[in-house]
Amino acid sequence: MKWDEFFVTGEPMIYAAMVSIVLVSVAIVAGLTYFKKWGYLWRNWLTTVDHKKIGVMYIIAALLMLFRGGVDALLMRAQTAVPENGLLDGQHYNEIFTTHGIIMILFMAMPFIIGLMNVVIPLQIGARDVAFPRLNAVSFWLFFFGAMLLNLSFVIGGSPDAGWSAYFPLASTEFSPTVGNNYYSLSLQIAGIGTLMTGINFLVTILKMRAPGMTLMKMPMFTWSILITSVIIIFAFPVLTVALALMMLDRQFGTQFFAMQNGGMDMLWANLFWVWGHPEVYIVILPAFGIYSEIIATFARKNLYGYKSMVISMVAISMLSFLVWVHHFYTMGHGVMVNSVFSITTMAIAIPTGVKIFNWLFTLRKGKITFSTPMLYALAFIPIFTIGGVTGVMLAMASADYQYHNTMFLVAHFHYVLIPGTVFAVIAGYHYWFPKVFGFRLNEKLGKWAFWFIAISFNVTFFPLFILGLNGMTRRMYTYSESTGFGPLNMLSMVGAVGLTIGFLLLVYNIYWSTRYAKRDTTGDPWDGRSLEWSTPSPVPEYNFAKTPVVTKLDAFWFSKKENTPLTDDGDYEPIHMPNNNGQPFIMGVAFFFFGFFMVFSWWIPAIIAGLVVLGTMAYRTFEQDHGHHISVEEIERTEKALRGEQS
Amino acid sequence: MKQLFPVPHVIGFVSSLLLSLIALVVVKFDLTFASGMTILGVTALVQAGLQLFLFMHVNENEDKRSLMTNIAYALFVGLVTIFGTLFAMLWGYNMI
Repeated sequence: MKWDEFFVTGEPMIYAAMVSIVLVSVAIVAGLTYFKKWGYLWRNWLTTVDHKKIGVMYIIAALLMLFRGGVDALLMRAQTAVPENGLLDGQHYNEIFTTHGIIMILFMAMPFIIGLMNVVIPLQIGARDVAFPRLNAVSFWLFFFGAMLLNLSFVIGGSPDAGWSAYFPLASTEFSPTVGNNYYSLSLQIAGIGTLMTGINFLVTILKMRAPGMTLMKMPMFTWSILITSVIIIFAFPVLTVALALMMLDRQFGTQFFAMQNGGMDMLWANLFWVWGHPEVYIVILPAFGIYSEIIATFARKNLYGYKSMVISMVAISMLSFLVWVHHFYTMGHGVMVNSVFSITTMAIAIPTGVKIFNWLFTLRKGKITFSTPMLYALAFIPIFTIGGVTGVMLAMASADYQYHNTMFLVAHFHYVLIPGTVFAVIAGYHYWFPKVFGFRLNEKLGKWAFWFIAISFNVTFFPLFILGLNGMTRRMYTYSESTGFGPLNMLSMVGAVGLTIGFLLLVYNIYWSTRYAKRDTTGDPWDGRSLEWSTPSPVPEYNFAKTPVVTKLDAFWFSKKENTPLTDDGDYEPIHMPNNNGQPFIMGVAFFFFGFFMVFSWWIPAIIAGLVVLGTMAYRTFEQDHGHHISVEEIERTEKALRGEQS
Repeated sequence: MKQLFPVPHVIGFVSSLLLSLIALVVVKFDLTFASGMTILGVTALVQAGLQLFLFMHVNENEDKRSLMTNIAYALFVGLVTIFGTLFAMLWGYNMI
């Protein structure tokens, strides 16, 4: 292999990216060394098993990936803003829309949600950590190094270029000869294993570690949504694991699962991909519904309308999510019967989703609404998401879909679902729970400016795409001629994309501004919240709850405030048993990274060595004796006094 | 030492290897399609059983209701995936 096959060459933007990667890496290493922070980084972050810190790391990684995916999006919009644009060539454009999709779904939306659930779920159910803290760290590092592996592809070897869905035969070695799609199969595999373990971890945590008295029907709605999401993760991700393994075998080991001859079937990839891919949509949307339920109930100062129907509709969505996948390829050419069946199941999903929309509206009805930043996102979500949902029902009709399939109409539809659904939700959740983690609120004025920029620019960016799609502009086309008339609306969309960029930059500037100037919150409950996480001091001590709270009803903390009843008994503190930090998950992640990298290039000997290191870290864990540590009563008393003042 | 030695796991591991070797027969010898598929089907079922009982400890669960819910949901998802795929990719493909 020659060096110019190894590094991506000939593209000034890529050279600039290489230079910036090297400069940023040098700056980070130099900074850590100069400020003597290596030990701090290792002890407090890289080896941590604390769910709150793992959650924060997930969210930081997700924000970084949001900007990586956002730059991809800006480049795409810039390229298509004017007809016959020469900013990007066809190959580069293919790589950019592929990585934009993978990064935004798997390395931005998923980790942002997993980050929020890591921070919030144990606090919301009155637990001191997740069920398997070490496994949680393993999950994070596998996700992180999977994401890093994919991000390496655009400077080394070339990015995947067959779309985020990587349909065969396009993704086969015949039509995609670069290593790009090897990166796809391996990085998603590594990150996917991490996600699967997160699903198991949170299912067990929610089922087994709730505070005494908190029955399933007394759980906060966000916890319910994560319970359902975990179930979907556990049943959907193994399909992705198998599909990616078959893809790897096809591309690198000469099998013919997705070939067009020798008994292979190319569309079987599409089938397996969407058997996972459609439940995946609900994996990113259900937690969002949970976040909105918390925020709307808090800021309308009412209990959630129709709690039971909310739960039932989420369970119904989890079942239906496995019954609709064929609607992603209605135009494959199967019979009317198949399309009719999947058309009906798809439209049926609108029913439980509609139930939830009405529940939120009835929660708002006659509520004393506070228009805080998180609430603004929640209120904007309802109408915008409804447009996304209704256009989804249009797409669900198989015969009509022959018109919409693979046009910009589809692109507009799923952005209208995923951005107000997932992105607004994680930003709202991030504003909402930020004071819990860091002990101060983000600035409301800057937050609202960012909100208006994002909400308005979002519509300016994506609404024109509906019209472009109906006019016949297909997705993934890197340029078009002036005679098509697509130019003006694409230019409008570009203007919106710039507005979105400003909104997201304001969001980040707000972190900087608030860290320096925001007033510290001493109550631990800045929003007058309803669920248990607000009963802890902010920032939350390592052990979360000095005494385990006892729950008698839904919104336990709210009623304990209103009725002036304590959440815990009068007993003394007892020593608290906590898990120890350990470097094994991080080292395992690094080994997985090298294993994946060597596998991408089919360098078997190094790959086997890295694989053995992975197995070695597992064996180390098997024979390790680690019984955790105890936090003494004196230390708890000291911490509680420092955090809560004299009253406790 | 006897209590510490994980007998079921070792039995499970060795039998998994054996079953994989038996499945390899299908590739190595010239069998008819039907007999090949029978061997694969039977070894796969035994393999799944081994995993469930020796590694996932389904019979050691106190709570029968959650176990049944779990198995029912798994069967639902598994059967929908398999038969849905057959329906979409083969049976329904040739249907008008």
